[in-house]
Amino acid sequence: MVRSVTSFGRSGVSDWLLQRVSGVILLAYFLCIGSALVGGVDYLSWRDMFEGTGMRVFTLLAILSLAAHAWIGMWAVSTDYMTERLMGKKGNVLRIAFQIACSLVIFVYVIWGVQILWG
Amino acid sequence: MLQVSIYRYNPETDSEPSMQDFQVDTGGKDLMVLDVLELIKSQDTTVSYRRSCREGVCGSDGLNMNGKNGLACITPLSETVKGNKLVVRPLPGLPVIRDLVVDMSMFYAQYEKVQPYLINDTPAPAIERLQSPEDREKLDGLYECILCACCSTACPSFWWNPDRFIGPSGLLQAYRFLADSRDLATDERLSRLDDPFSVFRCHGIQNCINVCPKGLNPTRAIGHIRNMLLARAT
Ligand code: SF4
Repeated sequence: MVRSVTSFGRSGVSDWLLQRVSGVILLAYFLCIGSALVGGVDYLSWRDMFEGTGMRVFTLLAILSLAAHAWIGMWAVSTDYMTERLMGKKGNVLRIAFQIACSLVIFVYVIWGVQILWG
Repeated sequence: MLQVSIYRYNPETDSEPSMQDFQVDTGGKDLMVLDVLELIKSQDTTVSYRRSCREGVCGSDGLNMNGKNGLACITPLSETVKGNKLVVRPLPGLPVIRDLVVDMSMFYAQYEKVQPYLINDTPAPAIERLQSPEDREKLDGLYECILCACCSTACPSFWWNPDRFIGPSGLLQAYRFLADSRDLATDERLSRLDDPFSVFRCHGIQNCINVCPKGLNPTRAIGHIRNMLLARAT
């Protein structure tokens, strides 16, 4: 039986709200990056843009939003399709393996992002 | 002659379900799908389905007709038949008991979870608990549900998690009591719904609105519940 201990906030409202808020942050971030790209960038202006603390913090916020957004989304997908109901016992094994893989990938991306920003 | 293909399955004799074809003479009339089923039953008495009132009130004959859920008794052929062919299957996602008859236990279990009755422990007045006309109006579009299960069995989220997602029909009823000015259990009701599955498995697919034979809008009711949960949590 699928329980909700592995959901992000363990409550429906908090996951739902976080999914929306992180979505808005990501939209704002990609609009910001998009407008910089449309204006034309070279190596120097790109580097200058990421020298500022504001941009780094904004980028970190976007990375964390992406991590939360991805976790909530992938968790929902795995609890819809990789279940005992649909696949028998192996659904449970597959779901847990998938969730561990997702969390590892997300963790690596967050660390890697921080390294790029402040490395 | 109308070509009708019916889902057949008798667990006692069949190893797997199959489709059986029938030719039905509709006499050129725009019959209801239920009338066609009755004509088929006169050809082959073993064809099983549920029916009762035959006028869209009891909610017994929810079926999948040419891919869309609805009540056979109020679905005219002109609305569903394309190219002289009618395919009738049981409501999707529920276990089949026989032919077009499904086991609704999971559906009713979700209905039961929302405590679909008035909770109010204050002493009852001599005649009845009164509501203002405005408060009564809030129940319109909610109380009319006949529990036919057309909506919940058209909902992919209900197909994947019928044991944990309450489904459009149950949630419409949950909101019917959350919106009732006479009900005093709003907070407990909301507490019971605030997990990642009961309400929040609704992804706004809106199949429920598309199929409801009573023209109700479960998605909107679910939106109201979500707003109540949000208001309470933030
Ligand atoms: S909301 Fe409509 S489709 Fe769903 S059970 Fe009620 S009457 Fe049937």
